[in-house]
This record gives sequence, structure tokens and C-alpha cells, in this order.
Amino acid sequence: MRNGYSRPSAGVGGVLPVTETPFTEIWVYLSASPLLWLTATLVCYLAADRLYRFGRGSPLLNPVAVAVALLIGILTVTGTPYAVYFDGAQFVHFLLGPATVSLAIPLYRQRERLGALAVPIGAALLVGVLTASLSAIALAAWLGADIATQISLAPKSVTAPVAMGISEKLGGIPSLTAVLVVSTGIVGAVFGTGVLRLLRIRDDAVKGVAMGVTSHGIGTARAFQVSPTMGAFSGLAMALSAFLTAALLPSILDWLGLVGG
Amino acid sequence: MLHALTLILLCQLAGETVVLLTGLPVPGPVLGMLLLLGWLFLRGGISEEVGRTADTLLAHFSLLFVPAGVGVMLHWERIQGQWPAIAAALLLGTLVTLAVTALTMAGAQRLLATVGRRRRGAAGD
Repeated sequence: MRNGYSRPSAGVGGVLPVTETPFTEIWVYLSASPLLWLTATLVCYLAADRLYRFGRGSPLLNPVAVAVALLIGILTVTGTPYAVYFDGAQFVHFLLGPATVSLAIPLYRQRERLGALAVPIGAALLVGVLTASLSAIALAAWLGADIATQISLAPKSVTAPVAMGISEKLGGIPSLTAVLVVSTGIVGAVFGTGVLRLLRIRDDAVKGVAMGVTSHGIGTARAFQVSPTMGAFSGLAMALSAFLTAALLPSILDWLGLVGG
Repeated sequence: MLHALTLILLCQLAGETVVLLTGLPVPGPVLGMLLLLGWLFLRGGISEEVGRTADTLLAHFSLLFVPAGVGVMLHWERIQGQWPAIAAALLLGTLVTLAVTALTMAGAQRLLATVGRRRRGAAGD
């Protein structure tokens, strides 16, 4: 910019001082409209996705984590509050609902294997849901987290809209739960396939169920990259564990004395 | 596309309505998913259009979590104050859950296979 002023021969230089003010005006106008932050969300995600492909699908470059980091950087630099950002990003956020509904399709495609695996899946779901919430509460309590944080952590393995609803009902902080849910998804997506390889689990149905119970939609997105079968089972496990957690968690927290006391 | 999207939204709306009316502890979209699954079983198949729309939505499933993830901005202070607990729950808790779930399912499958073999063996005697 400054170079432009000192170089009249460039032609652009003369225009710059004039565009200076309109630019701030445009910024004020655009930064208040949903368009800017909606577009920014998509652009950052596409950039993160490009980076992910460029890194040959290394789980360490998880696109959600990279996109979130990019956006936080932009919001911090421009001094934009989260509420303003969310005004635009809510259109993306809204699609979580329809996307959750459409998980019925990959499930239906796996209906034959589903019937055959009903018992092992049921066992894995029950044990997985209990482990997910109890391990989170126990570790957090042991390391001195307050009760609101513990409750917010308890549904962290459940898909975001569900977990936020549970957290709110039980006295947690829904927006904190949303963040913890996304982080849990990223941890599962980044390290999940490695852990499953270490455990010598080769069946895509088993891998999918473990991923879905643990890391909901983000894990499911990762599972679909491994195979459509792993993705479908992950989607199924995610849906069923959302049900199971919503049904069980109130009693678990009550039993632990975290709510209703 | 439009028909499929409408079907999906109708299922979600029905799910939300049932949850509001009955006070079920599950969220609307999850119930909507089960309703759509029931509908597919009733129809006996997935139309190409519905399949394509769902695949499009699910192809970028992880994008949909980005706005919620950016919300971490709102909680810096709490996270800074309690980060060891939060980090342990996120990392250890998540990996333990993954391992325990996978081993339970693999174990249950093996158990069922053994029981099945024994039964078949007994029937053959």
C-alpha cells in the first residue's frame, strides 16, 4: 500500500487514497451482513480441505481443526465477535439437522449386515456410551474441573445438536459442549484409525461402530474416507448412541450426584 | 433435489414436533432420521434422487461442525483455567472409549460365532 503512494507511474497509486475510505465503508457494511461470514466459513473450509488433500489425507491436518483455526485467526485480527460471525455461519450450522436426518440413507443401504450384527452392535453401543460419559466425568473431576465443565463434557461423544440439548437440560453450558463435541470428533478422526490398527481391528463394521460411538459426525466423515461400509456403520452408531446417551445420561448424572441435588 | 430436500426437512420437522409434544429426551433430527429410515423400509427402497441428495449433504458433513467449533472463542477463560482436566477428558477419554467400544464389539462377535459353531456342532451330532 505504502509503496503504491510513492510510485505515481504505477497508475494504481493515484487511486489508492480514494479507495481507502470506501474500503472501510464496504467492510463495515459487509462485516455486518451474513454473506461475509457464511462465505468466509466455506472458503476457510475449502482451503483446509485443499491442505488436507495436499497432505495426502494425513489425519493430523483435520479439515475441521484447520478451518476453525483459520476462522478464529480472521475473527481475532478483524475484532469480530462470535455472535456476528454466527449470524452468517448459522446457515451452515443449520444443515447439521438435515444431514443428521439423511444418515438414514447409508443406514438403509447396510440393512442386511445390520440385522446380522444387531447383538454385537447393541453390546458395543451400551458399553461405549457408558465409557464415553463416565471416563470424561471421572477424568475431569479427578483433575479438578468444576461441575458445569464436567456436565458439559459428559455428552462430548454425541453429535453436536444432540449433545447441546442434553447439556442444556442437565445444567451444562451448551456452547462449551459444542466445542468439546467438535474437539472429541477431531481427536477421534485424527488418532482413531491408528488406535484401531494397533488393536488389530480389521472389520470395517467394527471400526465404524467404534468411530461413530466415540466421534459422532466428524468421526463418521473420516470413516467415509476409509470405506463406505465403515462410514455407514459409523453413522448408525452415531445415531443410536445419540439416542442412548440422551436416554441414559440424566440417570447417570443423577446417580453420580451431579444434578438434582 | 428439491423433492428429496423436502422429504428430509419434513422428517426433521416431524421429529422436532414429536419431541416437543412428547418431551422425549432425544433431539428432533435423530428422531427424524429414524422416521426417514422407517419411510425407506415402507417404500422398499431409496429413489435415486434421495440417495444423491443425502450423499451430497454427507459428503461435507465435517464442514457443518465448523461454526460450532469456532465457538471455542467464547470459552478461552474457562478452558485456560481447567485445561488439564479438559485435555485429559478429550484425549484419554476419547481414545479409551474408542478402544473399549471396538474391543466390545469384536469380542461379542467372536463370542456369538463360537456359540453358533457349538450349536451347529451339537445339532450335527
